[in-house]
Amino acid sequence: MRALTVLVTALWLMLSAALAPTAAAATAIADPDLSRLVNQLAEGGFDEVEAAIGALVATGDDRVSSILDKLGSGDLFVRKADRVVVLTEAAGRELKLTDPVTGADLGMVPKAAVEKIRVNNRLRRTVAAAIGTLTLRSDDPAVRRSAAEAVMKSKDASAIPALDAAIAAEPDEGVKGVMIAARATAVMASDLPEADKLAAVETIGDLGTRDALAMLTSYTGLEGPVGEAARKAATSIESGLLLWDAAQNISYGISLGSVLLLAAIGLAITFGVMGVINMAHGEMVMIGAYTTFVVQEIIRTSAPGLFDYSLLIALPLAFLVSGGIGVLIERSVIRWLYGRPLETLLATWGVSLILQQAVRTIFGAQNREVGNPSWMSGSFMVGELSITWSRLWIIVFSLVVFAGLMLVLKRTTFGLQTRAVTQNRSMASAMGIRTPWVDAFTFGLGSGIAGIAGVALSQIGNVSPNLGQGYIIDSFMVVVFGGVGNLWGTLVGAMTLGIANKLMEPYAGAVLGKILLLVFIILFIQKRPRGLFALKGRAIEA
Amino acid sequence: MTTERSTAGQTRATRSLMGALAFSLLSATGLSGAAAQEDTIKVGVLHSLSGTMAISETTLKDTVLYLIDEQNKKGGVLGKKLEAVVVDPASDWPLFAEKARELIEKEKVSVVFGCWTSVSRKSVLPVFKELNSILFYPVQYEGEESERNVFYTGAAPNQQAIPAVDYLAAEEGVERWVLAGTDYVYPRTTNKILEAYLLAKGVAPEDIMINYTPFGHSDWQTIVADIKKFGSAGKKTAVVSTINGDANVPFYKELGNQGIKAEDIPVVAFSVGEEELAGLDTAPLVGHLAAWNYFQSVDAEVNATFIEGWQAYTKNDKRVTNDPMEAHYIGFNMWVKAVEAAGSVEPDMVIDSLIGVSVPNLSGGYSAMMPNHHITKPVLIGEIQADGQFEIVSQTAGLVVGDEWSDYLEGSKDLIADWRKPLSCGNFNVVTGKCGG
Repeated sequence: MRALTVLVTALWLMLSAALAPTAAAATAIADPDLSRLVNQLAEGGFDEVEAAIGALVATGDDRVSSILDKLGSGDLFVRKADRVVVLTEAAGRELKLTDPVTGADLGMVPKAAVEKIRVNNRLRRTVAAAIGTLTLRSDDPAVRRSAAEAVMKSKDASAIPALDAAIAAEPDEGVKGVMIAARATAVMASDLPEADKLAAVETIGDLGTRDALAMLTSYTGLEGPVGEAARKAATSIESGLLLWDAAQNISYGISLGSVLLLAAIGLAITFGVMGVINMAHGEMVMIGAYTTFVVQEIIRTSAPGLFDYSLLIALPLAFLVSGGIGVLIERSVIRWLYGRPLETLLATWGVSLILQQAVRTIFGAQNREVGNPSWMSGSFMVGELSITWSRLWIIVFSLVVFAGLMLVLKRTTFGLQTRAVTQNRSMASAMGIRTPWVDAFTFGLGSGIAGIAGVALSQIGNVSPNLGQGYIIDSFMVVVFGGVGNLWGTLVGAMTLGIANKLMEPYAGAVLGKILLLVFIILFIQKRPRGLFALKGRAIEA
Repeated sequence: MTTERSTAGQTRATRSLMGALAFSLLSATGLSGAAAQEDTIKVGVLHSLSGTMAISETTLKDTVLYLIDEQNKKGGVLGKKLEAVVVDPASDWPLFAEKARELIEKEKVSVVFGCWTSVSRKSVLPVFKELNSILFYPVQYEGEESERNVFYTGAAPNQQAIPAVDYLAAEEGVERWVLAGTDYVYPRTTNKILEAYLLAKGVAPEDIMINYTPFGHSDWQTIVADIKKFGSAGKKTAVVSTINGDANVPFYKELGNQGIKAEDIPVVAFSVGEEELAGLDTAPLVGHLAAWNYFQSVDAEVNATFIEGWQAYTKNDKRVTNDPMEAHYIGFNMWVKAVEAAGSVEPDMVIDSLIGVSVPNLSGGYSAMMPNHHITKPVLIGEIQADGQFEIVSQTAGLVVGDEWSDYLEGSKDLIADWRKPLSCGNFNVVTGKCGG
């Protein structure tokens, strides 16, 4: 069946290329005939639908690509009564039907009167390739580019004539390059003579990308000069990619480091500066993430236009909510327990369980959906380096938070008082600083920072009551490794651990990598019990 | 019942917080006394309501309560009302065993519906054997077990994993496989079975990549990039995912962000259902697959009725249904039918009468309890849609019998389980003719 499709497509492409290279046949076929072919899309299993797509493409009609596009996106329905393929549009509780070929109004029907034409991955691929060959001559360069990319993926020898025609007419150099590459992959899949294939290997090899490597790898097993050329080209691409791979791993490491930094920076204050072993730190992160969820829910229901700003709105709120809860915990529990680390550990662990269960009771045990604003979705390429927007923003955000916190601690009165209390509590008290309130607000600051970390972390992970537990161990690891009481230590510690973890992962695997990292930290702490940047001061010596 | 009583108590004493607290304390302690009255049959519910597994298990607790509610509306069982006894083992494996003992010894329940993870099932096994009670286990698992006191209503590997691999090979022409899983017993055993199966089908060892990650793994950048790299060897590649629970959301988000589309590298998952997708924007995931024995989108009248009743019971018209819920639906109805056939809740009699019981499943057919304590089910493959539901793209022609001892593993391929008398054995070796005991 698939062979038939390919044959039909090939025949049409050759015909159209040979007879009418410029004729953009608007309506190459009469409406009833086209409708009959379109109705075939609703008959039989996936194999039959694939054949029907081939038959549609073979008509060369201009309307085919938009109909296929609808099929691919799952918007094509069939009327159950007479098996006629229709387009639907929701209108109240009913559906408004239109004819996909003529665009004629077919009246209103209840939802149960139609059913969706099912497509699976294979059909979506077929559709993408078919639309690709059909839209190679589109007026929009972006459409032509994606068409060429779709054809490149399909590796379909029958597309060569269409590509030749398109390349000859292509004004845009960039798009032309993609088309030439697409032609090369098609040539590799065809039974053209060896010389053509050798040229094709060279064209693909010159691309130097991972996709190009993937295409060449299929042919490295071949005998003769083509196989040899493919092997040579593949090796040269691989060596070129080696450096990119290393860079990619480091970029992952920096990204993981920024996540660790965000999670740990609040703890660097509550644990690092104040010396409170705060097991409820992760829950502050979780509360920040849930604040984001609530903000997004409210925006979704009352002001959908603001969705792209939801994170910016959530940031101050998360800081206030988590910070407020932090102050509350400090005033009600922790202040009775200063200087008793074991009891603090147990009490805050209890608080963490209470907070988890409270969130579970209010929001339910299931994950909550926090959406990515458009400016945080997708990825972009720098050379062969793929960088996702959400990760990039998190790196930037973590550094901004770090700088902001430094500023607060070094340049404000509150920061001065905090540092004074940390270094020598009784002296600070004698100088008139209200140490209990400084404690409360410092704890609140640490918790608030954890809250805004939660806003960022909601973009890359789960939002569930267990969110905080995943970060608590890592946070402690970073703070202890970096040096208790030193924010720079936290920054360097987070980045070191992140990059080390990511460099190790490809070789040792995720599980062993994590174990090795822990072993490394244990050994390191043996050698330097106070971490990378040990704080010198009377309080520490005491 | 438990929950209803304490909320009623709380509303009566809303005048002061202290009063309410005192009252619910009283009603909680008074409950065991009130529940001691006869003419109810007690049903134990052993699902975590707190801790990491609460995310999945809370729904199952609600499901059992809903099923009991429905059954009581129909007049209960053997003329008696059913009464739920809910305990919270808090995702703590040893606590599962303690709570199971409490349910059977102290509360004297006739049957228990519970557990999710394999380790929790293994932890309660000795208790159920010692006290001779009945456990219905509703989750897909790795197989390699058949116990007299346990009835497995979830899928064995041959009812989920192997049909999924067959679908990908036949329909998508996949030749290269990534087996990615969370590092614990279910993924490890399932992947061992799948690896043996793929090798037996002629897949080259270098075309199989196996990858494990810790529980709750959240940084998937490297692994997704590795999958991308592995998939760029010129052969059609697919990922078979036994990644569990919490780790799925960041995994799928990373796939979406790195632009891996289902058309390029499809991911078929065994632990991702409607509940898990509820926490995700599924638009970038359209076309990725899952293999289950039930989807909420199944087009059957019995399913529509179930969903309607469930959403009315939970007073939430967005509440989704999923495969383990269907397993409890089947298991609960099997138990009711077996008790009515036996005329008693006596465990030995119910265990014997359960074998051969056949009840409607939610996909419009019937499921039967086999002598190996596993059930027959259809296998469905669904593709994720933008609305968070699955579209069924493949369904096995008939029902598949759960295979407790995998045919693809050395050491278990000669074993069978048959709990009918006189054999009554969970691991009978057909070669040596001996029961392993």
